[in-house]
Amino acid sequence: MDTPVQHDGAQVESSVDLEAIMQQAAEHKGCGTDGGNSKPSCGSSAGQGDMPTEIWEKVKNHPCYSEEAHHHYARMHVAVAPACNIQCNYCNRKYDCANESRPGVVSERLTPEQASKKVLAVASTIPQMTVLGIAGPGDPLANPAKTFKTFELISQTAPDIKLCLSTNGLTLPDHVDEIAKYNVDHVTITINMVDPEIGAKIYPWVFYKHQRYTGVEAAQILTDRQLQGLEMLTERGILCKVNSVMIPGVNDQHLVEVNRAVKSRGAFLHNIMPLISAPEHGTVFGLNGQRGPSAQELKALQDSCEGEMNMMRHCRQCRADAVGLLGEDRSAEFTTDKIMEMEVDYDLDTRKAYQAQVEEERVAKVAAKQEELKALAGEVSDIKVLAAVATKGSGLINEHFGHAKEFQVYELSTDGAKFVGHRRVDLYCQGGFGDEDSLSTVIRAINDCHAVFVSKIGGCPKSDLQAAGIDPVDRYAHEYIEKSAITWFKNYLERVRSGEIEHIERGDADIRQGALIEVA
Amino acid sequence: MAFKIIASQCTNCTACEAECPNLAISEKGGTFIIDPEKCTECIGHFDSPQCEAVCPVDDTCVIDQNFPRYQAAQ
Ligand code: SF4
Ligand code: SF4
Ligand code: SF4
Repeated sequence: MDTPVQHDGAQVESSVDLEAIMQQAAEHKGCGTDGGNSKPSCGSSAGQGDMPTEIWEKVKNHPCYSEEAHHHYARMHVAVAPACNIQCNYCNRKYDCANESRPGVVSERLTPEQASKKVLAVASTIPQMTVLGIAGPGDPLANPAKTFKTFELISQTAPDIKLCLSTNGLTLPDHVDEIAKYNVDHVTITINMVDPEIGAKIYPWVFYKHQRYTGVEAAQILTDRQLQGLEMLTERGILCKVNSVMIPGVNDQHLVEVNRAVKSRGAFLHNIMPLISAPEHGTVFGLNGQRGPSAQELKALQDSCEGEMNMMRHCRQCRADAVGLLGEDRSAEFTTDKIMEMEVDYDLDTRKAYQAQVEEERVAKVAAKQEELKALAGEVSDIKVLAAVATKGSGLINEHFGHAKEFQVYELSTDGAKFVGHRRVDLYCQGGFGDEDSLSTVIRAINDCHAVFVSKIGGCPKSDLQAAGIDPVDRYAHEYIEKSAITWFKNYLERVRSGEIEHIERGDADIRQGALIEVA
Repeated sequence: MAFKIIASQCTNCTACEAECPNLAISEKGGTFIIDPEKCTECIGHFDSPQCEAVCPVDDTCVIDQNFPRYQAAQ
């Protein structure tokens, strides 16, 4: 597949109580209705916003679609689909894919039977695991037999697991009926262009109807099939998300047009991801020096599309065989050998009980935020700042600065705290000692932020951050992210007003080049 | 009469296996191979050799010079 990888969709109509509990919780939490604030304040796709209720019902607990849910629920991917039918200049299928972190030749290839056993094993061990995606390593729909067999096996044993699929769209129109049959109601299509002239710069060829096409002709076929597939899914009421890879100088401006084209055909979410490109990835773009966008360029493009439709900003371009909460990878615990030995007892009740508890946490978190927002009411200021947060999930500031693999970034203004993205960083603290270079990597990655919220931080990095003009904040350890960020921001405004500090705009930041690293 | 796969370049993506009209391609020892007895260079089936057309790595599915070119049966 293409780029797309991030995928996921969810379907499920699961079982009974679970759905009822979720529903209730969602009603309480009213993420999209924050205190009369009309902007979806929990981030792009985080709140219901202007999403129709049926769609919101389907996505609210999906870690890839709901920014708020991704703190609490986990997804996994299984690599059952190795073949692909197009070639993308940002992909090198010889190696693990940099953009979607698709596992390449070195990673495991699973049969549908192994894959379904793996899913059950993981779901029994990690009760938050609610979503299964097939995204590659190639294109799931270039491997239809393996993909649909996997869905069939899983839906028989674990009907509460949502199924999703990510595709480059080339053969999508041929498989829409089967997608509907297995109740896969979330499909992700990677659409990087609607203009074949631009497409020709991204796709060297496509393999369609037993023939290889190149150039503009190839791109024309691809865009026609993608848009047709999108329309067919929309007609059948199957949710469809669109992923686009932002390639500066190639399709960056054009993505605004893509946004319009996919919105008008019913895509409910558009996820613009940065091109990840380095020479060592061996991709065409990597080798010819095509750069990826900076953090500000990406945000500016996402902002310019946001008026148009829901944008997804928390996508982590996770590995096609990833397991765990977003930003976390526990795949090493579930290798094929280990799974085949496991006795799996799929216990729906335990899962439900666990998920009910998660719902309580979510409700508490939203309540805390509402309260804090009230305190902000009446404040007027044009100041907007970004803050980075180290978290392990549950919506809490609960990660040590040195252990953070990524930071979540919130935009703070008098409208509240809005999730706007995440930044990957190399593990800064390996084995307990911070090393200089990695600290500067972290600083570059969050250089556009005024503050970084952590549960703990050592003395040295603290002073280095301060020297770089980033305020290291550890006084809200283990408290709710949004509530703490708003409190901090109120205080920041007060200090600016009293003249104690001066508000200065910050510079741009780097997007880390490389896939999310695996951590044992 | 046949194509062959340069094993050192093959990514094991499986794409060619499914496309071969003669079921000439299979996995062996962690990589894919073409059975020269079965390969017809796709003559009589498609305009272009399918394995070559779908393979993501250029020059990996190539003519095997050790065999005479395939001749469609008259
Ligand atoms: S070439 Fe295929 S596997 Fe690679 S990114 Fe493109 S669609 Fe995905
Ligand atoms: S050339 Fe055609 S017949 Fe020969 S191995 Fe390739 S796909 Fe099969
Ligand atoms: S298509 Fe090419 S890379 Fe893929 S298995 Fe066949 S020979 Fe190997």
